[in-house]
Amino acid sequence: MSYENVEKGLIVKVAGPLVVAKNMKNTHLYDMVKVGKLGLIGEIIEIHGDKASIQVYENTSGVGPNEEVVCLNSPLSIELGPGLIGNIFDGIGRPLLKLKEKSGDRLQRGIDVNSLDHEKKYDFKPLVKVKDKLKKGAIVGFVDETKSICHKIMLPPNIEGEVLEIKEGSFSVEETIGVLKLEDGSTFNIKLMQKYPVRKQRPILKKLAPNVPLITGQRVIDSLFPIAKGGVAAVPGPFGSGKTIVQHQVAKWADADVIVYIGCGERGNEMTDVLNEFPSIKDPKTNNTLMDKTVLIANTSDMPVAAREASIYTGITIAEYYKDMGFDVALIADSTSRWAEALREMSGRLQEMPGEDGYPAYLGSRLAEFYERAGRVITLNNEETSLTIIGAVSPPGGDISEPVSQATLRIVKVFWGLDSTLAYKRHFPAINWLKSYSLYWGNLKEWFEENISENWGNLRQEIIDILQEEANLEEIVKLVGLSALTEIDKLKLEVAKCIREDFLHQNAFHDVDTFSSLKKQFYMLSIIDSFYKKAKEAVLNFKIKVKDISNITVKEEIGRFKYVENTKVEKTYEEILKKIDSEIKNLYKGV
Amino acid sequence: MANKEYKTIKEVAGPLMLVEEVENVCFDEIGEILLQNGEKRLCKVLEIDGTNALVQLFEAGFGINPKQSRVKFLGHSMRLNVSEEIIGRTFNGLGRPIDGIPEISAKTSLEIDATTINPIARTYPQEFIQTGISAIDGLNTLVKGQKLPIFSASGLPHKELAAQIARQATVLNKEENFAIVFAAIGITFEEADFFINDFKKTGAIERTVMFINLANDPAIERIATPKMALTAAEYLAFDLDMNVLVILTDITNYADALREVSAAKREIPSRRGYPGYMYTDFASIYERAGRIKDKKGSITMIPILTMPEDDKTHPIPDLTGYITEGQIILNRELYKKNITPPIDVLSSLSRLKDKGIGEKRTREDHSNLLNQLFSSYAIGKNAKELMGILGEDSISELDFKYVQFAEKFEERYLNQGFNENRTIEETLNIGWELLKMLPKSELKRIDYKFIEKYYN
Repeated sequence: MSYENVEKGLIVKVAGPLVVAKNMKNTHLYDMVKVGKLGLIGEIIEIHGDKASIQVYENTSGVGPNEEVVCLNSPLSIELGPGLIGNIFDGIGRPLLKLKEKSGDRLQRGIDVNSLDHEKKYDFKPLVKVKDKLKKGAIVGFVDETKSICHKIMLPPNIEGEVLEIKEGSFSVEETIGVLKLEDGSTFNIKLMQKYPVRKQRPILKKLAPNVPLITGQRVIDSLFPIAKGGVAAVPGPFGSGKTIVQHQVAKWADADVIVYIGCGERGNEMTDVLNEFPSIKDPKTNNTLMDKTVLIANTSDMPVAAREASIYTGITIAEYYKDMGFDVALIADSTSRWAEALREMSGRLQEMPGEDGYPAYLGSRLAEFYERAGRVITLNNEETSLTIIGAVSPPGGDISEPVSQATLRIVKVFWGLDSTLAYKRHFPAINWLKSYSLYWGNLKEWFEENISENWGNLRQEIIDILQEEANLEEIVKLVGLSALTEIDKLKLEVAKCIREDFLHQNAFHDVDTFSSLKKQFYMLSIIDSFYKKAKEAVLNFKIKVKDISNITVKEEIGRFKYVENTKVEKTYEEILKKIDSEIKNLYKGV
Repeated sequence: MANKEYKTIKEVAGPLMLVEEVENVCFDEIGEILLQNGEKRLCKVLEIDGTNALVQLFEAGFGINPKQSRVKFLGHSMRLNVSEEIIGRTFNGLGRPIDGIPEISAKTSLEIDATTINPIARTYPQEFIQTGISAIDGLNTLVKGQKLPIFSASGLPHKELAAQIARQATVLNKEENFAIVFAAIGITFEEADFFINDFKKTGAIERTVMFINLANDPAIERIATPKMALTAAEYLAFDLDMNVLVILTDITNYADALREVSAAKREIPSRRGYPGYMYTDFASIYERAGRIKDKKGSITMIPILTMPEDDKTHPIPDLTGYITEGQIILNRELYKKNITPPIDVLSSLSRLKDKGIGEKRTREDHSNLLNQLFSSYAIGKNAKELMGILGEDSISELDFKYVQFAEKFEERYLNQGFNENRTIEETLNIGWELLKMLPKSELKRIDYKFIEKYYN
């Protein structure tokens, strides 16, 4: 590339990822720059007089004063168009596959690659005619991106006008597919691809309150702490508590049309795992592979820290783009703490006055800005869609009193608190049922009662009550022993154990158990409820001992119900209900 | 071109030195300090601001005189000379031989700072390594290419455990031995000597590369030591196709050296005075483990760290745990009961185990069995606690069975000593033997078909 006509700055200072250059008067804040002989990619984050501070997205080893800095006069942007799905990008939107072709097994510096494949041709079918007047962001046609995704080609959100020409056929992302006459008389060439700055939210018409659940097939989430489509959730937990598995499970099974998964400062092997596994998993909704609806952003923990800061913006911009096409999108960020740490590191190098724990004072507002880009919305095309964000938080030592967790909890409506003591007992997902909450339940109750069962709300409340009571009773048991409890209390403990082990515990690595449909979840809850009611009757009216009730043989079948395949669920459910009834009745036949 | 020598050292303070009026010096470049007595010391550029270079010493600042000492910048970042000859050799923390034999004839010179492995070039580690230790093989399985640290604390036998792993580790059904890269980071002579003797005794020394920085060596030399070791490991693994086991001990000393430099630079400290970028710094070490597509070799990493005050939430173990693929935690209570190796299996974890075990890798029932053992042992320990408060009579009959199970589990499964080498079959069979103490209906985590095959 040539940058002959652009003004050039000169480096005066290099300190890790922070570079200061002079002669930068004509640049703008957040403009992209190319730094030094290697042409490292950077972004201007401060301007003082003619000096600009630049955060560099690549390792600055070997860069020194008096090397050139070239300003590209545009903010950090990503190419949006067909070819994003099924691909894996680094934090600033470079496809890792292309990087491997160019630089081998290890990432080299200063490599320029486009986010999208500029050679590949897509079959474009127009949906508009000449003379149509198009509004901002209007859909002009579509290409089939993958088996699952019909990629709508939209006007950029700041362009409107009258169609002068529209083509049909095979095009690359850079070729003109149509011409638009703008209001001021000039023309605009429509392409399959558009560029958009990642730090700026894409415009929408209106935001709505979320009222439909995002079904994840994870029982503790769907039944107890559901998240709404367009909602925001946080998953904080110490290391080893299964954060990543929860995130993977949601990515695999959530009923969203498009999944954007951001590995932000996480393990390299974890990204490899996702890459290996997703193409072989079938999406329950479409029966195509998961990769046909997934975009991956990988900034592993050993990649440059400044690119980590950018990675979540790259991810959410892609997510917004697909949302604008009318898809329900879920964005999963693992982990926002690493992003916050990147912010802290850059802030420290800029010698800003630190806030709590060394984090910059603007941590809270940056986090809020990010999460606020989620929502159930009306797009510019008057379609109702949603963007859901699920962010992992990695609090030091699992202590959520730290700034990142606290700033996150002020924003999110769903809190899935992971608990290391549950993880030690290998109770997974280790979501603590006493601490977690979902503020969407009020909005979603109606949906569940309409679509699954009118009894859903009652069942859910009963489960929560029993679990709460179990915690209280256990305190008593610790003080005075099990024998001091009444038979009814003992029964509650027995039922709570059943809820924990047979319902909440879910094996992500078991072929059947990894995903439970809502119908199955409802059956499971009904079985436990029926057992509780029948047993209660037996205890109260016939003085049957809980010890005897817990020994009935159907208990084992209840425990194994979660492994029953979907085709047999209904039949098994009815059998178990019958058995519960008859076996408990048998206990008091003689009485 | 002869590099210019600067006589413009302005300040020396702790590990930092300021050199003025430099030209064409780059960030991260290595410099040589020439002392008046002819001695040479290494340093590295931390920050370059106009014509001022702030450098970090890699060796003690002792004897540097700003007026008489000179600095020469070498035009490249820190490097290590490598060839096959490094095998069997011992180096200091900066990669200079200290075994009295002349320098190796270098085939190539490698930069010690890591370049990131492209995630799509990685092979997911899933080849089972048999360590012969039940608590690891059976419950927290190690696989080839994994980074699995040992979280220890003062007074616990982590060196015995690490040596046992180094001695016994084999890839199942293959006669493959691991080459060992051993980095001593600020440990005592005695501890280093223990490892060296153990390697000698088993003959492993023939395929070991050692980097030794002892407690009495300058702390700042430690910052380069793990990177030296890993550069050597990468050469062995990805250029010479070897399976390499890297033992880094002790990461706590490394972190303290990092803190020392950070404090000298007057950086804003994060928790406990450690720098805010410690996570990134640790990641640049740990993430060098792994496997690469189309390459035969592998790097399996066992870093050892001591948790100050047995505290797992201290920044060093905490940040490590977020990067590594699990952790093996040693437990003082078990050690006091004379159970060795005293591995606290419940809080230990191997994140990569799920794909490294099962049919074709270990045995079909492994995954189910492991889940059942974990949950039964956890219940047993809980029940035991309860029994301790309330007495034997006040817990249920079933809970009492669990208590017995937990005791037997520690005695039979965990307590194997530092010399017994169990095959995976043996480990799994002991697991089943223990589960027979519990009624069949309690084995909810195990598939029927395995219960029929192994329980009956």
